[in-house]
Amino acid sequence: MIDVAEHSAVAATPTAWDRVKLARHSERPHFLDYLEALTTDWVELHGDRAFGDDRALIGGLATFDGQTVMVLGHQKGNDTKENIARNFGMARPEGYRKAERLMRHAEKFGFPLITFIDTPGAEPGIGSEERGQGTAIAESLLTMADLGVPSVAVVIGEGGSGGALAIGVADRLLMLENTIYAVASPEACAAILWKDAGRAAEAAETMRITAADLAAFGIIDEVVPEASPAHERPKDAIQGTGAALARHLRELTAEFPPHDAGAIERLRAARYERFRRIGAWREAEPTTRHSDEGGISAPRNGRSGEPRESAQRSG
Amino acid sequence: MRRFFGFRSAPAFAIPPDVASDDVPPSCPRCGVSLVEDARYERYRVCSACGAHLAIGSRRRIAALVDEGSFRETDAKLFSADPLSFTDDAPYRLRLDEQRRVTGQADALITGTAGLHGHKIVLAALDFAFMGGSMGLVVGEKLVRAAELARERRIPLLSIVASGGARMQEGMYSLLQMAKTAAAIQRLHAAGVPYVSVLTHPTTGGVFASFASLGDVIVAEPGALIGFAGPRVVEHFLGRPLPPGSHSAEFLLEHGMIDAIVPRAELPATLGTLLRHYTRSDARHDGPGYELREPAAIGHD
Repeated sequence: MIDVAEHSAVAATPTAWDRVKLARHSERPHFLDYLEALTTDWVELHGDRAFGDDRALIGGLATFDGQTVMVLGHQKGNDTKENIARNFGMARPEGYRKAERLMRHAEKFGFPLITFIDTPGAEPGIGSEERGQGTAIAESLLTMADLGVPSVAVVIGEGGSGGALAIGVADRLLMLENTIYAVASPEACAAILWKDAGRAAEAAETMRITAADLAAFGIIDEVVPEASPAHERPKDAIQGTGAALARHLRELTAEFPPHDAGAIERLRAARYERFRRIGAWREAEPTTRHSDEGGISAPRNGRSGEPRESAQRSG
Repeated sequence: MRRFFGFRSAPAFAIPPDVASDDVPPSCPRCGVSLVEDARYERYRVCSACGAHLAIGSRRRIAALVDEGSFRETDAKLFSADPLSFTDDAPYRLRLDEQRRVTGQADALITGTAGLHGHKIVLAALDFAFMGGSMGLVVGEKLVRAAELARERRIPLLSIVASGGARMQEGMYSLLQMAKTAAAIQRLHAAGVPYVSVLTHPTTGGVFASFASLGDVIVAEPGALIGFAGPRVVEHFLGRPLPPGSHSAEFLLEHGMIDAIVPRAELPATLGTLLRHYTRSDARHDGPGYELREPAAIGHD
């Protein structure tokens, strides 16, 4: 296995595990690097108005591409000290409640929402449970799903489970080429599937968590290319991301002007339809007898095993 | 079962599966008293001696909750299409076949309509016996269809959860069901239709962090293990065992996260009272009241 953390020359086609290591690379640009390069007039808005101010999930107002937007993002540290202050990008309930508050704020004033996703996952500690981590994430999902302004989310590093999705229920979802987005970390998946976190590399492959995988599934709208890994050419990655964000946001605000009530209802409906349309299922008893397939070989192509009756396809 | 977030690591919560009692005379795993000829156990899977709430299959649970003979199942034939063509130690498809054979169900969620103390409800019940009650595309889609039915007919939605969380074998599709179900519940809220969420042992992960936590009223069963992260995840994170009692229904009540703890046998009466309040509420709004429709007129059977 190539250790991409130490070797800049990655094999022509990086494995999923290579992508995991690139996505987690400590020198990869983080949210505030994007914010500084792509926006002006930043005003950070702190606190959930109930318990505290989460430093792992931050947000505020900024000017982007000539208009005011609400920006939210997970922030990892650039060194150990900052990582401890930022809780390694793992938000607590007060972070998700702040995010929800700022989403409502954006809605009130008709500011589009941009979110930057980069977290190993929501913090699983006792304090987080006491303060309702599950509820806070659920309510953030609900609010973002219903938000009356256009939204674009971009995965700039790790998309870790519900803690990532909580700020990812957007009208457009982008991923940088060397990022991942998963239902659980490869280590957790390996621990769950094989009771062996050491098989994380295998899990990374099996779980289909790369930008390319998720683009093929129709779960994301665009892969932002990294000609070189983002930690080697951070400016290129940031500028490429900015250009993609601006393009999607212009399309959305042209189609759904934030102050047009009818357009906003269409936006909500389109967003709901977007999430309902992803995925496939069968509406009748499966007829394939697996013994006919030798009992072991599932099709390798995620698109095979066609549902016989369902309009619900990725797309 | 251990694969779903390790809720078995806390012995106080170790609960045997809801097996037919033909093979072995059952005894309570908590107090050891025989459950033979225990009427509460027969009906509710609750030990009369110590009150332990044992695992209960969703069909038995529905039968013990709703008005007799009123349940009409919907979307009974929605099957996973195995979107990742997933294989770990065995192909996911074969695992699904096995689960279907053992449980007699297409997937982990049963949905339908029923009467409860004479009120019409749309009901969605997760069955822990089917892959740990985990949420993949089928569970997400059926929950959304149930919520849409409740919204269109203006009938309260009741969900009963027993789940380890997202279904790993469906990857990101599973994660997205959190967003999809939350969006459907929001539409229910916007329409002014009540949603009551019942949390049972165990409720963790992506199900807890989505529709299960979005009820107008959230009740839990006594002693149920409930939390965002399962105990094993938390122990791994903390590097030490959980404090006793964390991740329990009682812990959530104390910290203001749920409305009430209701013993299983009292749930029909409690829900009946709640529904009566919401029926009055709806009379003040546009649209038909809950009592205007016959339960038998709803459903696909």
